[in-house]
Amino acid sequence: MQIFSCPFCGPRPETEFHFGGEAGNDRPHGGASVPAQDWAAYLHLRHNPKGAAREIWMHTTCLEVFVMERDTLSMRAEPGQALGGHA
Amino acid sequence: MSAYRLPQGGEIDRTQPLSFTYDGRTVQGFAGDSYASALLASGETVLGRSFKYRRPRGIFGAGVEEPNIHADIRLNGALHLNQRVTTEAAQNGAQLRACGAAPGARSDRTRFVDLFARFIPSGFYYKTFMRPNWHLFEPSIRAMAGLGRVDATQPEGMQGEQRNHHCDAVVVGAGPVGIAAALMLAEGGLSVVLCDDGTRPGGSLLSRVAVIDGMDGAAWLAQALARLNAAGVTLLTRTTAFGVYDHGLIALNQRREGQADLFWRIRPQQIVLAAGAIERPLPFDRNDLPGILSAQAGLTYLRRYAVVAGKRVVIAANNDTGEEVLRALRDAGAEATLIDTRKGTTILSAQGRQQVTGVTLSTGEAIACDAVLVSGGFTPTIHLHAQSGGKLDWDAAKLAFVPRPGSSKVITLGGVAGHFTLAEAFAALPAALGLGQAPQAEPQSYRVAEAWPKPGMKGRVWIDYQHDVTVKDVELARRENFISVEHLKRYTTLGMATDQGKTSNLQGLALMGALTGRTIPEVGTTTYRPPFTPVPLASFAGPRGGARMNPVRRLALEAQHRAAGAKMGEYGGWLRPIHYGTDDSAILAEAKRARATVGVYDASPLGKIEVMGRDAAEFLDFVYYNTMSTLKPGRCRYGFMLTEGGIVHDDGVLVRLDEGRFIVSCSSSHVASVHALLEEWRQDRYPDRQIWIHDATPETATVTVTGPKALAVLERAGIDAAELPHMATGWTQLDEHELRVSRVSFTGDRSYELSVRQDLAPLLWDRAVAAAEAEGGGAMGIEALMILRAEKGFIVIGKDTDGMTRPMDLGSDAPLLRKKADFLGRRSLTLPEAQRPDRNQLVGLLPADGQGMLPVGAHGVETHQGAKRSIGYVTSSHQGAGVDHPIALGLIERGAQRHGEEIILHHLGTTRRAKLVAPCFLDPNGDRLDA
Repeated sequence: MQIFSCPFCGPRPETEFHFGGEAGNDRPHGGASVPAQDWAAYLHLRHNPKGAAREIWMHTTCLEVFVMERDTLSMRAEPGQALGGHA
Repeated sequence: MSAYRLPQGGEIDRTQPLSFTYDGRTVQGFAGDSYASALLASGETVLGRSFKYRRPRGIFGAGVEEPNIHADIRLNGALHLNQRVTTEAAQNGAQLRACGAAPGARSDRTRFVDLFARFIPSGFYYKTFMRPNWHLFEPSIRAMAGLGRVDATQPEGMQGEQRNHHCDAVVVGAGPVGIAAALMLAEGGLSVVLCDDGTRPGGSLLSRVAVIDGMDGAAWLAQALARLNAAGVTLLTRTTAFGVYDHGLIALNQRREGQADLFWRIRPQQIVLAAGAIERPLPFDRNDLPGILSAQAGLTYLRRYAVVAGKRVVIAANNDTGEEVLRALRDAGAEATLIDTRKGTTILSAQGRQQVTGVTLSTGEAIACDAVLVSGGFTPTIHLHAQSGGKLDWDAAKLAFVPRPGSSKVITLGGVAGHFTLAEAFAALPAALGLGQAPQAEPQSYRVAEAWPKPGMKGRVWIDYQHDVTVKDVELARRENFISVEHLKRYTTLGMATDQGKTSNLQGLALMGALTGRTIPEVGTTTYRPPFTPVPLASFAGPRGGARMNPVRRLALEAQHRAAGAKMGEYGGWLRPIHYGTDDSAILAEAKRARATVGVYDASPLGKIEVMGRDAAEFLDFVYYNTMSTLKPGRCRYGFMLTEGGIVHDDGVLVRLDEGRFIVSCSSSHVASVHALLEEWRQDRYPDRQIWIHDATPETATVTVTGPKALAVLERAGIDAAELPHMATGWTQLDEHELRVSRVSFTGDRSYELSVRQDLAPLLWDRAVAAAEAEGGGAMGIEALMILRAEKGFIVIGKDTDGMTRPMDLGSDAPLLRKKADFLGRRSLTLPEAQRPDRNQLVGLLPADGQGMLPVGAHGVETHQGAKRSIGYVTSSHQGAGVDHPIALGLIERGAQRHGEEIILHHLGTTRRAKLVAPCFLDPNGDRLDA
């Protein structure tokens, strides 16, 4: 059982959190003109890093969405950071 | 009949005799006995059967390492499966039954199997029973395999208990080193939990001679326990620390008499591992015979339980610990011989059938004996260190893998660290703990020489007792190139039994090293995973289960439904009325009545997520497939919400109360996921815009009135909505209370959704039902509603759609063609996959064979050149209420273009014919909406 830290609620058990995907997987701009390859990469391609990872998580009890850096090897989890504002 | 009990000595209480049965035979013992010590003292030798060859087996160990003897224990009505007899305190009246033997260990029906042992090496079952099909043989092989037998007539076992505990340090192992460490930590001001899997603290001090701080071991133990108590240390016996998990969590399972096990979750600052080491057997022909025990186990049975393993005992050791065992047995009056394998003489073979009767040495000498105590060196119990990510180093002097310093946060002490003498272990304490004074013990020597199983050993030399892995099996694995330690494990099943190879893994990899010219550290170990010993599933589950695992959500109107005779059932997590009759025939009756006059149903679980603020319309345009910003205040619009992959995630009606206030009516089972989806996109895409999202579902009750007499019911109930057109919403009054009314229809009939504050639900319900009854209608349950909506082709997401369904598959093309703004999932809808012409599309189905209702889940089947394939399936099927025939909905390949065609359906061996039609069976023009 890991302990994650919500920027709003503080450290809570991992069962209260929902994985939201890799951070930095930005939605391609351009609507219908986005090349199919780019769109498929946005939908499906993930880095699945060994070691340092930057991820989006949601704390399902307060619904705060945040960025968390963690290490997929050592399982170390840094405190979550609130989303920065408009990308 | 070899082992026997001494008239005095040990920690047993001879004034308190007890008896239990083993495979039906009565066994006598005393309070303080373990089942194993009492069984040994009874002279029983064959107590179990090996897993594969059904070899006769006796007790080998004295603790958690026991590979041979497991029993199902029935005590006070409770059945405990697969218990190691070595770790359980004997209880009067218990009934034990050897695991994996039928009818009993002695008389096992399959004991002939060992005669064919040489024909069934590793991989035999996989190789032999592959053709024609493993599943043909599986049932009978499974019947032979397996361990404890579940008693299906027994009610559920005791519910496990769990405890979250807080302390500074957990010390695992209450032997001399663990006790000393716990004392140092506690007297240094820390709160400490000290746990041990034995029945009492003391560890090796209970069976071995020691002098600590000038006191003999027992005296030191007594004063140390008193000091532990004074220092407030929580001492848990019969408690196994079985796992270290992420972020410093350590899990303990405590076995308790007459109560369910207690599962401890602790996140201490420090985990101190002082769990000792486990003795290895020695390799020789037939080293698995009953009467061959671990030397330390023999010493334990003698000193703790006053049981002598035999009258004539051969002790064989490759290290210094044999001497003490020899002296102890001679002091007890046994005739004992020590074979010190370091001097070059080893045991070549053991003789005997049901128990050992003699050994032959490498010198050629034969010694008659009735017990053999073996010591092949010690394997540190490093499991928790390794589980927490710690690495291991090979200590060539100790012939052991020891923890690499600093490679895990677990502090390793004593035998775990390869310190096999007390003096050495105590000396390391201050530096390891960063604290002052440790006890002193007299220096002893520990020298060990290799005694690994060797390639080409003669006879049958067991490595893994429980799973019957011998030297020949490892050699076979080598020949077939399963030389990686992980392949060796899986091919031979070495170390995969319930003992997890505690006495065998190292010998197996030493032999593989010798076979492949590698050193032991080059071969490496398999991965250590929790649990260290088997833990009952009830412990992991704890009090979670049933309603605590999956709490059902309850309606504000549950009392009213029950009073009206509702049969309740779970729908999407909510407990809702199925129908209000005595049996299922009420469903169709309720549906027909609603079509004829009026029905009233509790729609409270329907999602009501409010989206508010200046930018709410723009936001909703993005999250909906349909254009929502053009919706006028006071109006409603049906729409889909998609995933980014273009799959329909939810559908429902969006209500616009005013310019900046919307209500998302999502499916009742999707409220949480839609709420999360809205929040995620709001925070990610619109973080500094004016949008507020609030889930008002729990605080709002909704009652829906549907049917030709719906408006009349509202008038009778005193609710003014006469002017409200279809797909409009507005505020009105229920007496002096605010009531929101939306004229939307999930039935195809004129319908009003009436929403009030939750505490006003009974008032609204009673008023509406009374008015409906006066109009010839009444309350209806969810199943009647399902008929009404299916007749109109109104879908239920997740029932009439699946993980492939795009909105176009449901007949909704317009937004994709016309909508200007970008929206969630848009680009996915123009990918070739989404545009495939042969997609499964929503259709209506009518039985074309006169056989009645079509089964839900039946697959449409197309035969092409003799090969059958599925062309979709039936998703909903009902007896019509507004139409006088069965109806069904389905997702069928190219369905939208195939109206009028007949298809073949297959279902559980039956074949049906169905005609594809438009997915609307009643009133396609919608005239009933204004009836």
